[in-house]
Amino acid sequence: MPEIAVQKPIGIKRPNILARLFRALRLPTNDPFAVAGLLIYLIFIVTAIFADSIATHDPTEILYTPAYDLAADLRPGQDGFIMGTTSLGRDIFSQLVYGSRSALLIGVTAAFMVALIGSIIGLVAGYFGKWVDAVLMRLADIAFGIPFLPFVIVLAAFLKPSIWNVVIAMALVLWRDTARVIRSQVLTLRTRGYVEAARVAGSSDFKIILRHIAPNILPLSFLYGSIAIGWAILTEASISFLGFGDPDSISWGYMLQDAFASQALAKQAFYWFVPPGICIILVVSAGFFITRGYENILFPKLGR
Amino acid sequence: MTTPTNTVTTKKPDVLVSVNDAKLHYAVGGAFAAMRGKSTVVKAVDGVSFDIRRGESVGLLGESGCGKTSMGRLLLKLEDITGGSIHFGGEELSKIRRKELKSFRSKAQLIFQNPFDAINPRFSIRQTLAEPLENAGIPKAEREDRIIKSLELVKLPEPAQFLDRYPHQLSGGQLQRVVMARALILQPEFVVADEPVSMLDVSVRAGVLNVFRDVRDRLGLTAIYISHDLALVRYVCERTIVMYLGRIMEDGPTEDIVHEPLHPYTKALVAAVPVPNPDQSHDPLPIGRGAPDPRNPPSGCVFRDRCPAAHARCAAEVPQPRPVGSRLVACHLF
Repeated sequence: MPEIAVQKPIGIKRPNILARLFRALRLPTNDPFAVAGLLIYLIFIVTAIFADSIATHDPTEILYTPAYDLAADLRPGQDGFIMGTTSLGRDIFSQLVYGSRSALLIGVTAAFMVALIGSIIGLVAGYFGKWVDAVLMRLADIAFGIPFLPFVIVLAAFLKPSIWNVVIAMALVLWRDTARVIRSQVLTLRTRGYVEAARVAGSSDFKIILRHIAPNILPLSFLYGSIAIGWAILTEASISFLGFGDPDSISWGYMLQDAFASQALAKQAFYWFVPPGICIILVVSAGFFITRGYENILFPKLGR
Repeated sequence: MTTPTNTVTTKKPDVLVSVNDAKLHYAVGGAFAAMRGKSTVVKAVDGVSFDIRRGESVGLLGESGCGKTSMGRLLLKLEDITGGSIHFGGEELSKIRRKELKSFRSKAQLIFQNPFDAINPRFSIRQTLAEPLENAGIPKAEREDRIIKSLELVKLPEPAQFLDRYPHQLSGGQLQRVVMARALILQPEFVVADEPVSMLDVSVRAGVLNVFRDVRDRLGLTAIYISHDLALVRYVCERTIVMYLGRIMEDGPTEDIVHEPLHPYTKALVAAVPVPNPDQSHDPLPIGRGAPDPRNPPSGCVFRDRCPAAHARCAAEVPQPRPVGSRLVACHLF
């Protein structure tokens, strides 16, 4: 999923910027797990993009059977509902398809924010050092002290319930891990001879960061971005399940909450809550598979 | 401080670089050490003064950790000076503002010790050499020409074929030439060469050294050559400054220093140069190996604990550089 990182501020305007960035990201295509992860992402991206044509019904519409009864608690396949319906007569398959849309929207934007903010703070703190570093790293310490899930709930209480609360919360809190790791990487990079050489050549700090340091940490920020995708989807699901989610948008967490509140388990309606659970597991683990592949590239000496 | 006898240029022997009581101190240990009163200061450069005239080549000689590289970095404003002052072309380095820094950078350049580290592995040779030109605002159309010219200057054969190669495709000798070409591309007045051949195979050292000498003479560069190897300094520089633990021990014409070292430390350095004659007995260093801990140097003369001629006065009083013939020597014996 290289599109995410394409918008990062790191590239310099060149005609073949896409190709250069693609190479700079060093997608882990030789690790079977990472390839599986990338494939899973690809499937979900395609589903999210073409959700309108894949879904058979409006996911929020209350449906009726041909006999004009409420289409509630139908089993998979009954009356043409592929995965059955919810207790309120909504099509589960369509909800699942549309759920991928909000999951990826949240995942991708949160990952983008986390990678972007974390990278910038890490670069600035590591490169400039001294008091800049001290201030930014104390901020990171504060961010480390904030318990994440309660923070999202408090945020949802102050703002109106929306799927973007998760993104905002992640942008405010989860940049800390990325920033810390990238800072430490920058600390070693800035002592390299070519960084000093650029300084002697008269390059500005901004230019040195952009051209000599940032390209080296790009895979690292992408790594943290892919971890953040999983985190964001998981958090959104938790928040929705706890009932602090956005009631107007369909997500997998919302589906689980709906199933839970309608006592789907008592009704043996596994077709209702198992698919969104599997989807969450698939997307989150896909993120970690890709991470694994990156780990091999970034830290080849760890060996596995 | 300078004697007119070692003038090489036909130009008026005016001073380009003037160092006056320069100090570079580092605090070692963090905030906690400071609170417990345990923080110490490493005096990498401690009260160094010398002048360099235009067109002069000065060797900065000393063993590792003596502050010669720190001195070089101070001269290029890569470190912020702790005390004293350095003037470059009449301008004080610590007063150079951000905006004027670019013009200083184009006048004073550094040749790096390790060519394998000094070039960004992601940059082609063309990109590497274009960077200083870009910063100096040279128009794009001129750049290619100047890149080729500077590569020809450092005698890289068929420079055009190297432009699109990456550092890993070049040998150490070729890379060091590229590093030199980058330093020279903006036609600087002053070059600091920090052990430019120490990372190279012995077989290519001579070639790179000859290029350095040749370019320096051709462009009339003022140069500082930092090295621990007296033989290399002798090959390249007409004047030598010997440093030890952040201080100058001896400063004078290289030939005089080689043939008749005055300071006991310089004597030891000269004695340590290997002689290519197996029959000649090679005395071990009279001063033992290893300099003292720079965090805790001896009082008075920093060299006294290794000095075979140390006496009571050496512990009590810091010897100041005194003129002895054509030289300056910082020793109580003179």
